[in-house]
Amino acid sequence: MQTSQKINQPVVEKLDELLAPGQTYASVSAKIGDIVLYPVLKTPWGWIGGIAIAGLLLMLYLYSLATLFTVGIGIWGINVPVAWGFDIINFVWWIGIGHAGTLISAILLLFRQDWRTSINRAAEAMTIFAVACAGIYPLVHTGRPWLDYWFLPYPSTLGMWPQFRSPLEWDVFAISTYATVSVLFWFVGLIPDLATLRDRAQHPVAKFFYGALSLGWRGAAKHWQRYEVASLILAGLSTPLVLSVHSIISFDFAVSQLPGWHVTVFPPYFVAGAVYCGFAMVILLMIPIRKLFGLEGLITLKHFDVMSKVMLASGLIVTYGYFGEIFYAWYSASIYEYFLIVNRTVGPYAWSYWALIIFNVLIPQLLWFKRFRTNLPILLVISVAINIGMWFERWVIIVLSLHRDFLPSSWDVYNPSFYDWATFIGSFGLFFVLFFLFIRLLPMITIFEVRDLVHKTAHKAHDQKGH
Amino acid sequence: MFKRKSEAATAAPAAPATYGIMAEFSDTDEIIHAAEKIREAGYTKVEAYTPIPVHGLDEALGHKPSRLPWLVLAGGLTGSSGLFAFMTWVNVVDYPMNIGGRPLFSWPAFIPITFEGMVLFSAFAAVFGLIFICGLPMPYHPVFNAPGFERASVDGFFLCIEAKDPQYNAANAKSLLQGLGAKAVHEFSE
Repeated sequence: MQTSQKINQPVVEKLDELLAPGQTYASVSAKIGDIVLYPVLKTPWGWIGGIAIAGLLLMLYLYSLATLFTVGIGIWGINVPVAWGFDIINFVWWIGIGHAGTLISAILLLFRQDWRTSINRAAEAMTIFAVACAGIYPLVHTGRPWLDYWFLPYPSTLGMWPQFRSPLEWDVFAISTYATVSVLFWFVGLIPDLATLRDRAQHPVAKFFYGALSLGWRGAAKHWQRYEVASLILAGLSTPLVLSVHSIISFDFAVSQLPGWHVTVFPPYFVAGAVYCGFAMVILLMIPIRKLFGLEGLITLKHFDVMSKVMLASGLIVTYGYFGEIFYAWYSASIYEYFLIVNRTVGPYAWSYWALIIFNVLIPQLLWFKRFRTNLPILLVISVAINIGMWFERWVIIVLSLHRDFLPSSWDVYNPSFYDWATFIGSFGLFFVLFFLFIRLLPMITIFEVRDLVHKTAHKAHDQKGH
Repeated sequence: MFKRKSEAATAAPAAPATYGIMAEFSDTDEIIHAAEKIREAGYTKVEAYTPIPVHGLDEALGHKPSRLPWLVLAGGLTGSSGLFAFMTWVNVVDYPMNIGGRPLFSWPAFIPITFEGMVLFSAFAAVFGLIFICGLPMPYHPVFNAPGFERASVDGFFLCIEAKDPQYNAANAKSLLQGLGAKAVHEFSE
């Protein structure tokens, strides 16, 4: 009996899990819109406290960057041979976090996954802010950031052009394109919701603000038709874009000849790692937000369950990459590759390699069990573990390959300085200040898509009753 | 531009002209059905305003498929071919640099930037094309005058027969819309 019912109603049950019962077009619009539209003086204390702490971290960030600009990159712990330290580790880490947002908004749109609806807006915002945090590192690590415009191809009086055959120049185009397209995609998704806010707002300032941003959207059928075409095209463009961006970042390493870097597996391995820690970050952000703003009816346990599954799958790809590296060390018969693995597992930084294995390979195996996938406190801990693990992955790739390469005479150790840590911890300030402003000023859930979900759920239920 | 506006202002009568008649429906099926019937009745200047994209409504209203994809294709071709040609010119002609004896025209090394250029220009074409073709930004539009239209972005499904329709007659249109199950029907001005 139970089974036959399940076969008859597969879609409804699936959709029902994504939305608490009893939702209407108006109720979801009010629920999400009112988080943004309540009066300034009634801002919840959780938000004020959160942005205050984030603001302090942002001050630390600005302080460390100001010191960097005035004193120079000597304040960092980098040396020769470890010329890439926290700057590039954090760059790759942050941009990897961003990729989950694009994955949720673009790839899952193409696959018509309805569960993305409640989380895609916040995930896209996370993408943009993470890319902002990431993009600053390579700019400041040049040492003379005021000359960074030299990266761009412009007809200069120096008579020089950038070197287009260098992966570092590919990076410039990949990151700037990624940032631009992410912002455009995000804005297009916001237009109908800004119109909803314009029409719901009471305060004239809010009415003007959302009215101007919504461009006068009026939901005409002709406009919706073009809008859907544009969304689909943007999703189709963002999907290969997100894969290309992290592939190009992996080329920064793979195109060189250093042991541990010069491997063909890097592009897919980097992309999977990016998705892995990006989803962990989405979960990390969504659990407290859902609680703080009472969004349990819109972001359900089903969402966390599905995101955990994506995390587990990408985590297994990453794990495969770790085994792959060990395999190459043996199969390549290169003493340098072989030594790299020895150095990783028992060398001076062995603790970081084993931390990586524990955080990235062992702890996430809990996600095989639904009990853990739907237990939010445990999921929060696992997500933090994955984020730490993925940070260690970049540390292992960058520092452990650089500090002992070919000639023992050039070996050295790398110790991050206070300013390395301050720039890293401070970048969370930038990220969270932007994120707190986002949840206060813009709808953190795509309202019109949730309305669409309400519609689909109602119609599916209706259709089944009819048949 | 300004001249045309002033001419229109002098030509128009003192009272604002009627823009059309707006009917509110409660859900998607009703509005698709109504759109089909209105088209069957011979009206051509009909537009719907809905809080969600309603599939099948553009066909019911007789809207042609969007030409936006062609614009995006043009953008993508411009971006990719433009950047590829530019890099070739820079690395081969204007600033040739011998790196390890490799050929100057090492085109595979240009592919990543060519690809990014394709994506960037396509995205520009898609987004700015969408905004431009829709005639946005347009902060003022007569349909905002229709009573209750603020619900078009929340839970109201609106259908508007415009006064410029050759067949337009307020009384006929009103009874037709009411017969199709409209919750409320209002004539409104520009």
